[in-house]
Amino acid sequence: MAEKKKWMPRWFYQLASPRWSYEIMGKLLPWFAVAAASLLAVGAVWALLFAPADYQQGNSFRIIYIHVPSAILAQSCYMLMAVAGAIGLIWKMKVADMVAKSCAPVGATMAILALATGAIWGKPTWGSWWVWDARLTSMLILLFLYLGVIALNSAMESEATAAQATAVLALVGLVNIPIIKYSVDWWNTLHQPATFTLTERPAMPAEMWMPLLVMVIGFYCFFAVSLMMRTRNEILHRERRASWVRELIEKQ
Amino acid sequence: MNDMQTKEPVLNRDQTMVGLFLAVLKRDLLLSYRRRSDLVNPLIFFLMVATLFPLGVSPEPEFLAQVAPGVVWVAALLATLLSMDAVFRSDFEDGTLEQTLLSPQPLFVVVLGKVIAHWMLTGLPLTLLAPLLGVMLFLPEGGMTGLMLSLLLGTPTLSLVGAIGAALTVGLRKGGVLISLLVLPLYIPVLIFGTGAVQAAVTGLPLAGYLALLGAMLALGIVMAPLAIGAALRISVSG
Repeated sequence: MAEKKKWMPRWFYQLASPRWSYEIMGKLLPWFAVAAASLLAVGAVWALLFAPADYQQGNSFRIIYIHVPSAILAQSCYMLMAVAGAIGLIWKMKVADMVAKSCAPVGATMAILALATGAIWGKPTWGSWWVWDARLTSMLILLFLYLGVIALNSAMESEATAAQATAVLALVGLVNIPIIKYSVDWWNTLHQPATFTLTERPAMPAEMWMPLLVMVIGFYCFFAVSLMMRTRNEILHRERRASWVRELIEKQ
Repeated sequence: MNDMQTKEPVLNRDQTMVGLFLAVLKRDLLLSYRRRSDLVNPLIFFLMVATLFPLGVSPEPEFLAQVAPGVVWVAALLATLLSMDAVFRSDFEDGTLEQTLLSPQPLFVVVLGKVIAHWMLTGLPLTLLAPLLGVMLFLPEGGMTGLMLSLLLGTPTLSLVGAIGAALTVGLRKGGVLISLLVLPLYIPVLIFGTGAVQAAVTGLPLAGYLALLGAMLALGIVMAPLAIGAALRISVSG
């Protein structure tokens, strides 16, 4: 046991306490809320009013400032859900289960947003709302995976069993994430390759990708806010019999 | 006989693993053989679904020849899915599953045996029946080998992945629809490469790439899926 403590930082073990997590999330929440609001406001104004129009697509390309962040987030949210689920399975950490459960609806919403904005952009650009292209299909599969996770979670009565079962399903579904990432190269169809890669400079000019970067970070902050609010609700709901929750409610 | 094997664990370990696998396989095959209607149902379903397409879409031979690979594959996929719920259901209801989980035998081998038994009773007959559907749907003769080989390599993956869904929902009363929701998205890659193989065979392109991908997915499934199925069974039984 003493051996283990050297490997894992102390806060990791503290996160196992629902009360500690509730309080630390309460402290972090306003900072992330301010960051999300300001980044999204700055990014949206910059992207919609000041970024140059595309030489081929005109102003219709501006929807990527919503489309790309939501698509990125839909994928990272699944990763977070699977990792949180794995932590819940391995360390039997209740808070990790709650985080995993709170991820699913947010991720599903992001996937729907990405698909919807993609369809709206596709109509003037490709001439149709929907194209059976590898990336679109993969995003649709990702949405289906989210819906399966949500369905399984709500079908089980015991919260602990539901959390474990969804964690297994999320880990199995994680196989889908690399397929999404590499599907563009595999099938090589209509959709353009990823806008951002870590290794290469973006093909867009800086005036165009800078607001996109701001939007992506803003979306991440918004995601953090939404996730923390959901998780705090979940903690209160599941720990409703604990004395500290009762005290908290009586205070208000 | 079992007692004798447990007395010499070091020497016979490998032998008992294989023995355990064969015992589970034999038991499941025997149980299904005694309920023959369950055995035939997925096959009838397979035939019926494939019949619906000419009736519902178009009986033109040229059109059917085009959609035949997809129709046969989708029908096989749905037939597998339909039979999936029963894999662990009766064992769960009569308590066998609990005893299996409590036993010192490796769960991986037991689960793999059960899934292979399921495949031998659904995937394999579906593969053997597929040429009949191919003829009914005017699939060009060149496509038959592709169809059978892709089904032979693809259906075990379907059984493996489907069993994860079955294991997750075995504790629930209404598991049937939920299984489809959980498992269908995971079936999509198999479907894509399976129909891709048939289409390549029809047009005379090399098959090996598609079959290699299907084989890779099967290899991944055999290694990983029993672990997930085992974990899911433990969760379902404990909850």
